[in-house]
Amino acid sequence: MPDGLEKGPPSCGLSAEDIEAGFGDLHKPLNSIKAIAAAEHCIYCYDAPCVQACPTSIDIPTFIHQIRTGNTDGAARTILSENIMGGTCARACPTEVLCEQACVRNHGEEDPVEIGLLQRFATDHLMAAGGAHPFERGADSGKTIAVVGAGPAGLACAHRLSMLGHSVKVYEAKAKPGGLNEYGLAAYKMVDDFAQKEVEFLLEIGGIEILYNRPIGPDLALSDLLKSHDAVFVGVGLGGTNKLGLDKEDLNGVEDAIDFIERLRQADDKSTVAVGNDVVVIGGGNTAIDAAVQSKKLGAENVTLVYRRGEDAMSATPYEVELARKNGVNVRLWAKPQSIKGDTHVKSMKFERTRMMNGKLAGTGDSFKVPADMVLKAIGQQLSLDALSGVEIAGGKIAAAADFSTSMKGVFAGGDCIRSGEDLTVQAVEDGKQAAHAIDTYLKGDANG
Amino acid sequence: MADLGCTIAGIESINPFWLASAPPTDKYYNVVRAFEAGWGGVVWKTLGEDPPVVNVSSRYGVHHDTGRGVIGINNIELISDRPLEVNLKEIEQCRKEWPDRVIIGSMMAPIDEQAWKELAIKIANSGVHGIELNLGCPHGMCERGMGSAIGQVPEMVEQTTRWVREAVDIPVFTKLTPNITNILWPAEAAKQGGAHAVSLINTVNSIVSVDLDAMAPNPVVGGKGTHGGYCGSAVKPIALNMVAEIARAQETQGIDISAIGGIETWKDAAEFIALGANALQVCTAAMLYGFRIVDDMIDGLSAFMDQKGYKSMEDFRGMAVKNTVDWNELNMNFDTKAFINPDKCIECGRCHIACEDTSHQAIEFAVAEDGKRSFTVINEECVGCNLCAHVCPVPDCIEMQPVEDDKPYVTWPEHPLNPMKAAAE
Ligand SMILES: Cc1cc2nc3c(=O)[nH]c(=O)nc-3n(C[C@H](O)[C@H](O)[C@H](O)COP(=O)(O)OP(=O)(O)OC[C@H]3O[C@@H](n4cnc5c(N)ncnc54)[C@H](O)[C@@H]3O)c2cc1C
Ligand SMILES: Cc1cc2nc3c(=O)[nH]c(=O)nc-3n(C[C@H](O)[C@H](O)[C@H](O)COP(=O)(O)O)c2cc1C
Ligand code: SF4
Ligand code: SF4
Ligand code: SF4
Repeated sequence: MPDGLEKGPPSCGLSAEDIEAGFGDLHKPLNSIKAIAAAEHCIYCYDAPCVQACPTSIDIPTFIHQIRTGNTDGAARTILSENIMGGTCARACPTEVLCEQACVRNHGEEDPVEIGLLQRFATDHLMAAGGAHPFERGADSGKTIAVVGAGPAGLACAHRLSMLGHSVKVYEAKAKPGGLNEYGLAAYKMVDDFAQKEVEFLLEIGGIEILYNRPIGPDLALSDLLKSHDAVFVGVGLGGTNKLGLDKEDLNGVEDAIDFIERLRQADDKSTVAVGNDVVVIGGGNTAIDAAVQSKKLGAENVTLVYRRGEDAMSATPYEVELARKNGVNVRLWAKPQSIKGDTHVKSMKFERTRMMNGKLAGTGDSFKVPADMVLKAIGQQLSLDALSGVEIAGGKIAAAADFSTSMKGVFAGGDCIRSGEDLTVQAVEDGKQAAHAIDTYLKGDANG
Repeated sequence: MADLGCTIAGIESINPFWLASAPPTDKYYNVVRAFEAGWGGVVWKTLGEDPPVVNVSSRYGVHHDTGRGVIGINNIELISDRPLEVNLKEIEQCRKEWPDRVIIGSMMAPIDEQAWKELAIKIANSGVHGIELNLGCPHGMCERGMGSAIGQVPEMVEQTTRWVREAVDIPVFTKLTPNITNILWPAEAAKQGGAHAVSLINTVNSIVSVDLDAMAPNPVVGGKGTHGGYCGSAVKPIALNMVAEIARAQETQGIDISAIGGIETWKDAAEFIALGANALQVCTAAMLYGFRIVDDMIDGLSAFMDQKGYKSMEDFRGMAVKNTVDWNELNMNFDTKAFINPDKCIECGRCHIACEDTSHQAIEFAVAEDGKRSFTVINEECVGCNLCAHVCPVPDCIEMQPVEDDKPYVTWPEHPLNPMKAAAE
C-alpha cells in the first residue's frame, strides 16, 4: 500500500458490502432462458463475418447452433478447441470492436447477437459440469518445450503443445499463474477467482508443469533454457511501464495504474484497498478506464481521467469510455500532464491544454490544476528486457516472424511482447496457439534434418 | 365493418369461429367461457354410449422448435369421459343461456345401426343445432372399432352418416380423418350418405417425439407410449390441401366444409375460406393460448375484408379454388428469378449456401477488398425455386420477379419435350 493513503471509511460513505457488490459481474451471465433467446437471434451465417472478426476464429454460428439444440457442452468444446481461454475471453473481450461488431445483425439496425455472453454461457456450463477435460494429450513426442510466462499466450501455447504430444515446463516470475488475467483485468470482469479456475481447468490436460517464482533473467537466460529444452516460447507480456518524465513522479500517491489494479485484484476484501478521494488517472486506454472505474467503485469521491487527445484517438472502445462516464468518472480530453505538486504526498497536478497544430499535438500554453491525493499513470506499458538477452528487439517489441520465430533459433514468442494484433487476451491466446503449431513444425523439421 | 356472419349446413353463426370437439368444449364451464370470449359456436366434446371411457394420465406430447415455440402437439385422449346424461344436461343449459351461439353435438359409436341412431336421437333432443360424426380419432377409440377405424372405410362413412340422417332431422356433419390415402373417398361417401357438411381434418396419426431417457414415445405413460393424434400449426398445410381437394373435385362439389387443422390466426382462417370453407373450427390454438385468441381472429379477419372491400365472407369464399389446379395444368413457360435487394441484404450468406449446397449454384458469393460481402443471383442458373427467398432472414429482401416475355401458356401435356405427347401424335 502506498504511504499516506489511509484506508478509512471513504468520504462517499460506501459500506464494505456496497463495495463488494460494486465489483460483481459487469455483465450478468445469461440464464438458460435468455441464452436460448439470444441464440435464436443468430442467423447461422455462412462463412460468418463474426468468425473472421474473432482473433481465434471460433466457429461462432456452430457453437450458437449447438446452444440452440441443447448441446451446450458441445458448444463449449467448439469454443475451446480454438480458444482454450474462451471463458476469460467471453468476459474480457471488447466484443463491440471484435466479433459482435462484425455480426450481420448490425446491418439490419438491430442489436448484434450477444456472442460474448453466449460464449460465457457455454463455457461456464462445461466447467461447472466438471467432467473430464475435453481435450486429450497427444502421443508423447519425447520433446520438452520451455514456456516463459504463464499468461494467456504462454498457457495457450502450453495447452496446444500438450495436445500435440509435447511436454511443457512453464517458467513464471510470479507466485500465481494467469498473467494479466489474474493481475490486470478489471475485477468486475473476472469475479469468483475465475482466472485461477480457468488455469486449473486448462492444466487438466496434463503434461504441463509450472515453476513459480522462477523469472527468466540474468541467472537463468534463454540460452540456458535452450540447452535443456527442445524449444522455447516467450510470452512475457509487457512488464515495464512508461514514465511521465516529470519532476516529483516518485511522490507518495503517484503510482502505475497496473500496480494499483494488481493490488486490487489480489485483495480478498476490496474494502481494504486504499484509494484516494481525488484520483487523477492519466491515459486513454483500457488500463486508464479500468483504473478510473475501479477507483470510483472503491469509493473515491472525484475521479478525473485526463487524456491528451480527443475521444476518437483513445484506444479504449467507445463502450468503455461510456462505462467510465456512467460510473461517474470525469473524462477530460485535450490536456497533457505538466507538473506534479506536493511535498511528500501528491496534492495536485497541473495539465496543459492541447490541440492539433499542423497535424501534430501541441500545447496551447493554457493550463489548469486538478487536486489529487492519488495519481494513476496508465500511459502504456513497455517490454521489460531482463529476460530477453540474445533476442532481437524492434520497435519496442520482440521481433517475430509470421511463424512466431525470433532471431534466436529455437526461440518463439507471442502475446503482448510481440507485434501481432491488438494487445488483447484473445490475441495472446491466438499467438500462443499458432506458435505451438509452429514449434511442432519446427521440431519435426529438426528431427528430420 | 365487414359482416363475419356465416351459414354452414343451413345453420347461421355470428362468426365463422367455432371451437372443435376437444377439451376446450368438454363441459358447461369451458363452453360458457368460450362464448363469453366471443366464439361463434362449439362442437361439444365427442359423446359416446355409457359407461364413459377412462383416460390415462400423461396425455399430450409436443413438437417444439428450438426456441420452445410449439409447432404442434399430439394427444392420446379418448372421447368425453363424463356420463352422457351430465353432458346432455349441460348442453341444454348452454343452449338456453346462449341462444345466438351454435352448439353441435359430436358423437361416435361402434359400427351398429341401433347404437348410432339411439345416441344421435338422445343428443338431438338436448337441443343441439346439428350432429357431427367423429370418424377420425386415430388412437385408442380406433382399437375399439370406432373413430378412424370407421373413417378409413368409405362404405362405413356412408353407412354411419346415413343412419344419423335417418334418425334425426337436424344438419349432419361428417368429420373426416386425414389418415387416409385419398380424402375424396370418405368425403364422397359422406356426401352419398347425406351429410350436409364435412368437417376436416381430425388429428394426424403420429409419434410426436421420443423420450431419450425413458426410451419411449411421448407422452410416456409409466414407461410406455403409443401413437397419438397430431394437431396445431404443423398440420395446417395438410388440412388446406384436403379442404381444397374437396372444394374443387366434381364428386364432392357443393358439400359444405367446416375447416379444421392448425388455425391459429385470422390469416389461417382467411386461407381456408379462400379455399372454400364455410366455417372454421379451432382446437390447439385455444389450448395453447386460451379463448382470448379469438379476439384477433375476428378483428384481423374483418380488417382484412375491409381492406380488400369484401362485405361478407361469401365475397371471397372459394376464390382460390379455381386457381388450385393439377400440376398438368400449370404453365410450363412461366419463369421467375430471384432478385436480391442489396439495400436490405445483411450479408448473412444463407441464400448462397442453400443454393450452392442443395439447389442450382445460382448465387455467387464474393468478398470485396474492403471486406464487403456480396451475393448476386446468376440469372441463367436460377430456376426460380424460391428456396433462397424462403431461407433469407430479412423479409422482402429476396424478391421473386416473373420474367416478362410473350411466351404462350403451355401445359405439360402440350409441351414439346413431353414424350407422351410425341407418342400421342
Ligand atoms: C489493466 C489492463 C486491463 C486489460 N483489460 C483487458 C480486457 O478487458 N480485455 C482484453 O482482451 N485485454 C485486456 N488487457 C490486455 C491483456 O491483459 C493482455 O493483452 C494479455 O494479458 C497479454 O497476454 P500475455 O500472455 O502476452 O502477457 P501477460 O498477461 O502480461 O502475461 C505475461 C506473464 O509472463 C510473466 N513474466 C513476465 N516476465 C517474466 C520473466 N522474465 N520470467 C518469467 N515470467 C515472466 C508474467 O508474470 C505474466 O504471468 C488489459 C491489460 C491491462 C494491463
Ligand atoms: C386433446 C385433444 C382431444 C381431442 N378430442 C377430440 C374429440 O373428442 N373428438 C373429435 O372429433 N376431435 C377431437 N380432437 C381433434 C380436434 O377436434 C381437431 O380436429 C384437431 O385437433 C385439429 O385442429 P387444431 O389443429 O385446431 O387442433 C381432439 C384434439 C385434441 C388436441
Ligand atoms: S473470443 Fe472474444 S472475439 Fe472471439 S468470439 Fe469470443 S468473445 Fe468474441
Ligand atoms: S454474424 Fe451474427 S448472426 Fe451471423 S453467425 Fe455470427 S453471430 Fe450469428
Ligand atoms: S439470405 Fe438474404 S440477407 Fe442473407 S445474404 Fe442472402 S439475400 Fe442477403
